[in-house]
Amino acid sequence: MWQWLKQLYHRMGSPKWFYEITERWIPWLAIVAGVTAVVGLVLGLLYAPADYQQGDSFRIIYIHVPAAILAQSAYMMMAVAGAVYLIWRMKMAAWVAKVIAPIGASFCLIALLTGAIWGKPTWGTWWVWDARLTSMLMLLFLYFGVMAIQQAMESEDGSYKAAAILALVGVVNIPIIKYSVEWWNTLHQPATLTLTEKPSMHPDMLWPLLIMLVSTYVLFALLVILRTRNEILWHERKRSWVKKMMES
Amino acid sequence: MEFNSLAEFIAMGRHGLYVWLSYGLTALIVTYNVMQPALHRRRLLKEQAQRLRREKRNAPSA
Amino acid sequence: MSLVIATVKRDFILAARNPGEWANPLMFFLMVAALFPLAVDPDPTFLSKIAGGVIWVAALLATLLSLDSLYRADVEDGSLEQCLASGESMYAMVLGKALVHWCISGLPLTLVSPLLGLMLHLPDEAYIAMVLSLAVGTPILSLLGSVGAALTASLSSGGLLLTLLILPLYIPVLIFAASAVYHAGIGMAYNGQIAMLGAMLALAIALTPFAAAAALKLNLSR
Repeated sequence: MWQWLKQLYHRMGSPKWFYEITERWIPWLAIVAGVTAVVGLVLGLLYAPADYQQGDSFRIIYIHVPAAILAQSAYMMMAVAGAVYLIWRMKMAAWVAKVIAPIGASFCLIALLTGAIWGKPTWGTWWVWDARLTSMLMLLFLYFGVMAIQQAMESEDGSYKAAAILALVGVVNIPIIKYSVEWWNTLHQPATLTLTEKPSMHPDMLWPLLIMLVSTYVLFALLVILRTRNEILWHERKRSWVKKMMES
Repeated sequence: MEFNSLAEFIAMGRHGLYVWLSYGLTALIVTYNVMQPALHRRRLLKEQAQRLRREKRNAPSA
Repeated sequence: MSLVIATVKRDFILAARNPGEWANPLMFFLMVAALFPLAVDPDPTFLSKIAGGVIWVAALLATLLSLDSLYRADVEDGSLEQCLASGESMYAMVLGKALVHWCISGLPLTLVSPLLGLMLHLPDEAYIAMVLSLAVGTPILSLLGSVGAALTASLSSGGLLLTLLILPLYIPVLIFAASAVYHAGIGMAYNGQIAMLGAMLALAIALTPFAAAAALKLNLSR
């Protein structure tokens, strides 16, 4: 197992190998993401029963929750990739970390927008300083910080390292921010209706959510791969394998 | 099936505006994220092709 | 270690010879706090309710303002490079710089904050909580800020970027500190919040110097 992991790691470090292997993965990932999205949305929008309190507006859950979960784990992945670059100087890891930032921020934005829209029928206003929405907003700010420093640094290596350090500091901070925001929230508005917390979800409601979650993760993998391939194409443009590929 | 007609489906029990606004914005952001790498790739390949042609042209004279 | 002590000493002397370094954030602190009654409402009962939050927001912004120059001079004149080459512990070095920064920004803010409390009609019961929360909270701001200052040290216009990077990280400090002051004002216990700030300070002392030291190195690698 260990040997296999080590081998995989060394292969992942080769841009050429990554570029060639993902060529074959892309159609499959696209199919899986598309099919699960269609199945999840049809089940969620057409077959899941309406919520007894919120009515049909709860159907926003099928994009809001997967986007929110993904936005948080994408930040972790970005930090891990950044750490791999800091420690082992693996170029591929730096490119992956770089491309995750805008994608993660996009999903964070989706979670915030859908949360705000969902708030209108539930609470009567577009924005409530609810614990989850507030900590998503803070996460979006953290993403903005990483993207800002990526663009500000003059040297490429410096931008990768600075973004990685900032992402790692952010990862240590995320649980503290989440905890403090939740604590602050219970202080100021005790026991309001939360959007997604349910004692137990009906299976007909839960299944589409799980399917959408899978779909979101696969879509995320696809987007990361597509953008990483562009990074490879740009950085390796003077290598012979890229030139050979272009000529054939 | 929770809805009896298309009109009912679109109305979403009076919450149609919110549901479809959410899904619409999400579709927009996801579409951008899918299109961006595709367009970027096309531009990169075009630049690369130009560079290769230029190199070929310059090679014999150099 | 001697180099760290020497750096700390030098920074204190520099701050003493250049009063703007510690006086400007202080004036900024007073001015920002004076904006709130003008912009919102000078009514004493209203002000006493928001005083803790306003003082803390002002302290946070004043700290951010003074962070920008933390490492810039050292990067530009090469003393940081010397320090790295000397093989001294960067951890101690960063900690020393953060300590100096706190002494010329957080500490004066803490000392003049009762004055602001008077102007903003802070409830009498909240003064101790305010001074205590500032005394424990502002070192965290200096430590976290030193990471941002190290990351942006070699950029010509790093000030705004530094603010962008660091502000989200300040949120927990702001939440707990402002709530300590608020709770003291309405006569409730606030030792829990102060304890949380203390825990964060311990965590910040342990971890942020590593990040700041790594960030400083990347400024020199080009």
